[in-house]
Amino acid sequence: MHELSVTEALLALTIQHAQAAQAERVSGVYVVIGQLSSVVDESVQFYWDLISAGTLAAGAQLHFRRVPAAFRCADCRHEYAPAAETLACPACGSVRVSLIAGEELNLEALDIEPGAESLKEAVG
Amino acid sequence: MSQRVEVVAKLLSANDRLAEANRASLDQAELFAINVLASPGAGKTTLIERTVRGLAPSLRLAVIDGDLATTLDADRAAAAGAQAVQINTGGECHLDAGMVRDGLAQLPLAALDLLIIENVGNLICPAQFKLGAHRTVLVASVPEGDDKPYKYPGSYRGVDALILNKIDLLPYVPFRGGHFWRGVEALNPDAARFELSCQTGAGLESWLAWLTSQVSAYRARRPPEMATA
Repeated sequence: MHELSVTEALLALTIQHAQAAQAERVSGVYVVIGQLSSVVDESVQFYWDLISAGTLAAGAQLHFRRVPAAFRCADCRHEYAPAAETLACPACGSVRVSLIAGEELNLEALDIEPGAESLKEAVG
Repeated sequence: MSQRVEVVAKLLSANDRLAEANRASLDQAELFAINVLASPGAGKTTLIERTVRGLAPSLRLAVIDGDLATTLDADRAAAAGAQAVQINTGGECHLDAGMVRDGLAQLPLAALDLLIIENVGNLICPAQFKLGAHRTVLVASVPEGDDKPYKYPGSYRGVDALILNKIDLLPYVPFRGGHFWRGVEALNPDAARFELSCQTGAGLESWLAWLTSQVSAYRARRPPEMATA
């Protein structure tokens, strides 16, 4: 439901990191999305195509890596995926558990085409 | 020829930074703030109304109200005795830290004791956008069903207080209290819990007493370990 704000944040970060790397163009954007972050891939790509137009990341392909939710039991240290209708540890039954994965919403890499400036530096 | 650049960045880091700035503004004014989450219809606005009526004699209160389009909720908070600021999110499903910053700018922070931020009714999105409040309170209600902690662990996790509202409907609706509270406990073993009815007033006293004690504790020592909510 909040994909537009998420996509705007993604574009801002992408441009910031692409400029820092002296990129001329961004062709790929790698995003990590946790299962519990409630973000729909297609919808992010849809907004991306609209709002990235005219930027150095226009037309970049988004790549999504999904991370399933995982819990860890505080009593027996067992790590597990939560089942429907119960959050308790399947190994020992404890309800003292904490979420260790599934809430990610990160940018992890960019494919960039380096600008003339950075190429010259690399050669020189 | 393209090359891969590794980046490690949280998409919502800009919002997190704004939330920290909001927290700093609040702390500078010694103003304690709570972020109230709930699904639509859980009774959030009525609870805030009752809370304002109950505490207005002893505390100076303000409400920042997030709503998709109307000022109805802020009007109710103002009628109950709080200074009220309405933020229309223009269709966005959550408040973000920037909207709260704009709301704070309209309030005399140093002349207030308690700020209640009423988030947009929604259990999915608001949990990801920190606002800078000191405590997060989630309002659930009996007719929503007892499975909600299991279906929305993102929202049910990390709350400091959980209110189960509309307990006057328990005789009419199938609701397994034990099942509900076990889910809450798994995600938040330390959360304060309240069962109440804004209709009958049952249970409101202990919620008001808890909130008052939170304000007093904040004023007394302002522990630095409080996480930004």
